[in-house]
Amino acid sequence: MDLSILLASVLAASPPIVFAILGETITEKAGVINLSLDGSLLLTAMAAFVVALETHSVLAGFAVSMIVGAFIAGIIAFVSLTLYQSQLATGFVLTLLCRDLAYVLGNSYAHVPGPQVPHTPIPGLETLPVIGPILFNQDPVVYLSLMAIVGVWAYMYKTQPGLKLQGLGERPAAAFVRGVNVNAMRYVYTLIGGALVGLGGASFSLLVKPGWARPYGIEGTGWIALAIVIFGGWKPTRAALGAYFFVALQTAVNVLQSALPDVPTQIFATLPFPLMILTLLFVTIGNSEGMNQVLSHLPEEAQRLVRRVFKALQTSPPAALGTIFKKE
Amino acid sequence: MKVELKAIHKYFGPVPANDGVTFSVEPGSLHGLLGENGAGKSTLMKVLSGVLSPDSGEILLDGRPVSFDSPARAVELGVGMLHQDPLDFPPLSVLDNFLLGSPGRWRLDRSGVRHQLLALLAPFDFQFDPDAPVSDLSLGERQQLEIVRLLWLGVRVLILDEPTTVISAQQRAKLFSALRRLTEEGKTVIFVSHKLEEVTSLCNKVTVLSHGKMTGEATMPCPTDRLVQMMFGRSITVRKRSNVDLGGPILEIDHLTVSDWRLEVKDFSLNVSAGEVIGLAGLEGSGQHLVTRVSAGLLRPKAGRIRVAHRDMTGEPYHQFLEAGVIFMPAGRLEEGLIAGMTWTEHVALVERHSPFWIDWPLTARKAARCIREFNIKAKPDTCVEELSGGNQQRTLLALIPPHPRLLLLEHPTRGLDIESTESIWGLLLDWTRSGTAIVFMSSDLDELLDRSDRILVFFGGRVRVLDARQATVEQLGEAIGGQGFK
Amino acid sequence: MEAKASNKGRTGLSFKMTPLLLRIIALLGAVLLSGAALLIIGASPLDAFGLILSGAFGSPSRLAYVMTAWVPVLLCSAGLLVTFAAGLWNIGIEGQVVMGAVFATGVMQCLQPVLPPSAVLILAALAGILGGVLWGISAGALRLYGNVNEIFGGLGLNFIAGSLTVYLILGPWKRPGIGSTSGTLPFPPSLWLPAFKGFHVSPVEVLLGLGAMGLIAALLRGTYLGLQFKAVGKNQRSAFLMGVPIGRRMLLAFALCGGLAGLAGWVLIVGTSARHNLFPLISSGYGFLAILVVLLANLSALWSVPISLFFAALAMGSLQLPLQRQLDSSLGGVIQGMLVLSVLITQGLQSRFFRRGGR
Repeated sequence: MDLSILLASVLAASPPIVFAILGETITEKAGVINLSLDGSLLLTAMAAFVVALETHSVLAGFAVSMIVGAFIAGIIAFVSLTLYQSQLATGFVLTLLCRDLAYVLGNSYAHVPGPQVPHTPIPGLETLPVIGPILFNQDPVVYLSLMAIVGVWAYMYKTQPGLKLQGLGERPAAAFVRGVNVNAMRYVYTLIGGALVGLGGASFSLLVKPGWARPYGIEGTGWIALAIVIFGGWKPTRAALGAYFFVALQTAVNVLQSALPDVPTQIFATLPFPLMILTLLFVTIGNSEGMNQVLSHLPEEAQRLVRRVFKALQTSPPAALGTIFKKE
Repeated sequence: MKVELKAIHKYFGPVPANDGVTFSVEPGSLHGLLGENGAGKSTLMKVLSGVLSPDSGEILLDGRPVSFDSPARAVELGVGMLHQDPLDFPPLSVLDNFLLGSPGRWRLDRSGVRHQLLALLAPFDFQFDPDAPVSDLSLGERQQLEIVRLLWLGVRVLILDEPTTVISAQQRAKLFSALRRLTEEGKTVIFVSHKLEEVTSLCNKVTVLSHGKMTGEATMPCPTDRLVQMMFGRSITVRKRSNVDLGGPILEIDHLTVSDWRLEVKDFSLNVSAGEVIGLAGLEGSGQHLVTRVSAGLLRPKAGRIRVAHRDMTGEPYHQFLEAGVIFMPAGRLEEGLIAGMTWTEHVALVERHSPFWIDWPLTARKAARCIREFNIKAKPDTCVEELSGGNQQRTLLALIPPHPRLLLLEHPTRGLDIESTESIWGLLLDWTRSGTAIVFMSSDLDELLDRSDRILVFFGGRVRVLDARQATVEQLGEAIGGQGFK
Repeated sequence: MEAKASNKGRTGLSFKMTPLLLRIIALLGAVLLSGAALLIIGASPLDAFGLILSGAFGSPSRLAYVMTAWVPVLLCSAGLLVTFAAGLWNIGIEGQVVMGAVFATGVMQCLQPVLPPSAVLILAALAGILGGVLWGISAGALRLYGNVNEIFGGLGLNFIAGSLTVYLILGPWKRPGIGSTSGTLPFPPSLWLPAFKGFHVSPVEVLLGLGAMGLIAALLRGTYLGLQFKAVGKNQRSAFLMGVPIGRRMLLAFALCGGLAGLAGWVLIVGTSARHNLFPLISSGYGFLAILVVLLANLSALWSVPISLFFAALAMGSLQLPLQRQLDSSLGGVIQGMLVLSVLITQGLQSRFFRRGGR
């Protein structure tokens, strides 16, 4: 298997997940959990496809899905930030509801051929050796996703508002003292995150997995995206790496599939998911009390080695994630 | 910048935290704000720094009335506060903490600001690595960073809220020289503390608060007993000491070493007999909390032994201590003691030691009603505990203690309570001592410590001094808390 | 992580005492919004709702299907009442149902030729419970010792259970000859739960479901253990200081819920109107549906019973929609979701803006 073709196909399939995890990273960095990702991706994918089909405009499809994604996130923001209800409960209900809405509203559009994002290699650059065919022989959405990674990273780490975002999820009380309007900013970032999720959904139905069906085939991806955000330590670059890793896993599974035709396809379809969750375990295990107790029985040298490994993998969430901020 | 506070009132519920406080601070002075815990100092400074808004009263800066609707606005107008627990962002780097919230361009200019930061640190002899995460810094260094940040933002009035609580002597010296330097440059510093010794050595002028009111002002130098008089008011307290016969040893601590991430108490020994009352005094975080928690089985000692009623309990888990009759009552009544959302009766059922599988609710409700009457609590069996007042919550915690406890470890049992509740609670506690219970309690109320304890252990930076409560005076106790007499 | 629990000492009481008006508005809103969704795609709401109703209650056999769906949801709801009481989000319940079905199927396949049917059924039930308990405890252990949030631990275990099922169906347990994803070889009627003539629902199932709910309600309200669960859910720290062994209680909560979910898995195999074989996605989303039921019922056991029946009716009735009109059967899910969402919202509005006195 030609490696560069493999890499190119991983990149080509990556935009939806990249957008989704970037969006969720921003939202969680601000301190809000949007548990509705799985349903949101389905509903925004369907909306993008239907709108693009009816208006003959792929751009309109993208725009509408971003609005839908932001709207769903907005519900979570409203119910948790203004009404002080559980983010988890709302997110969970929405994930089921959006999926079901997508199936009901999109029913007559299943298996209908529709518009797609055109393939746009960048002239000149695509002939560069090695990286040319991989990076520059893609479509605009892929380029957009790459720029989005850079953009989010630059925003968070190189600008003053980005710095405030980091502070927001860590210690809202301290951010408040420094002039940040905590709740307003949480709303804004939740909406932005939702819009990015919508972008991800549109990237599915207008690019990576064109069209619509029931079941669509991406069910479960939203949950994985939530896990990747944790795996990525709430840092955009590391999360993006996790996204590429997951897509690579899926691609590898397809390759494995053709190498082992005897094993039924369904097993391969479900394989990436538990593998991804297992990696989560390695990333969070360093924190737990129980693990410390187990480790204390090992000899000193072994303990230190194990701890170093955990430390390197470790992630910890923004301290104020999921909490409600009330001024004194 | 001259600061004037006129007739500031601030209420939390019916209780006035600040009751018509008026005072002024001259520009370029090091002004001390003195008072016991709970006197209203922190509240007043939160009003001045924009975190809280006063219910009535005025704030004037250089003669102009101002009102802040947020701390950021106060900083813009030149008033900044260093909180006791610095409000910073532990996982972010020193440089990022410095930058966050500063006005200016969108793009962060880290290298430029880095130079500015280092330049600002130099004259004060503060030293830390701008790229290290703030969580690596000690509390003293985090304070230093915050001071420098406020100065960078152009603050002209710097308020420090109990800054010397847990910093080393060396850092304290650095802090004081930094403060003196600031006043030489014309900045105004307000130093809030309940440590007499520091305030007297550092400040030009001192305002004293007690129970929400301003009780006096003094220019330094001033004899300490005058200050003490202003802080505590002078009522002739009748020493309500009941002479209880002490029994056998309940708690024996031998050469114990225990620590948490901030502090270590080394080689500590203590014997507490049945019926004895031991008071633990000291500034917050001086080590008393470690001793209390290790005696309750919540912390594991690094070295040494603990025995409860002759039984070696070193290293045993918490529930063994509970079985042995050691009851721990935390200071956070609703956070750690009671369960909000559950009723009185449910609490009674929950603490039942030997219960059958099924709860007999009518029986339990009757038991609850009996307890409520006995302990004089304003509640009904089906009242949820979060609706009770502080005093009633504290009495509830006491009422839930199983009969015949061997040792009671109490964190600030009467904090925030009025006189009446305090009296009734101590009545209950003394009843227990008469039946052989030993009591170890933490408090910052000097009167309470002197009136109720047999012995007082004063903690300072992890070290301990013992005072005989029957003979010690308030001044001696206050000075010991402030660090006097420790090598 | 908190579930919205009622603030009164006994769950269920506050549901009756909250302003009825707001609740009715919520329910009406949900129905209207669902209808609006239908109008958008050019279908008639009244027609669709009517179809759902007749799909659920139109004939005795349809009613039997509803009740067949009702029982697993009832069992799962009962289990979730325990985990929610302890403050836990047991998203892994789907996997626990699946593993219950897997274990039950395994035992039935092994013992079918060897023991009489009633013995096989009983042993299979126990195996189903065991499977669910194992899966539940795994999620709990991941949380306690691996510090993995029970949402993701549960999800991961769901995925693993799903993969395992597919592997078994296409591998060791495949039908002779064809090996397809329609499932394993169906069990003969001797291994179905006995039912009355003409009505294909076994009283055993129904009694199990109602009995489980009743037992759990009694456990949570009337026992020391139930009180301990509640304490852990409301304030772990205080509960610990009062001597409640919080780690063990959390694991027990997961085990109890897992066991009930596993039993639901068994019912899904042996229930009179079930398909009688193991197939992929056998849990059919009943676990998640139970979460919705319990949220809507505000953690009240009493209300969970009719609500789960209602949701089961919606689910089964909606199956008619693709057959008789060109509508997707997920309409039932839309109505369910809208109901829970609108109740969440009105609950929030009420507590935030209409601070009622009189507690």
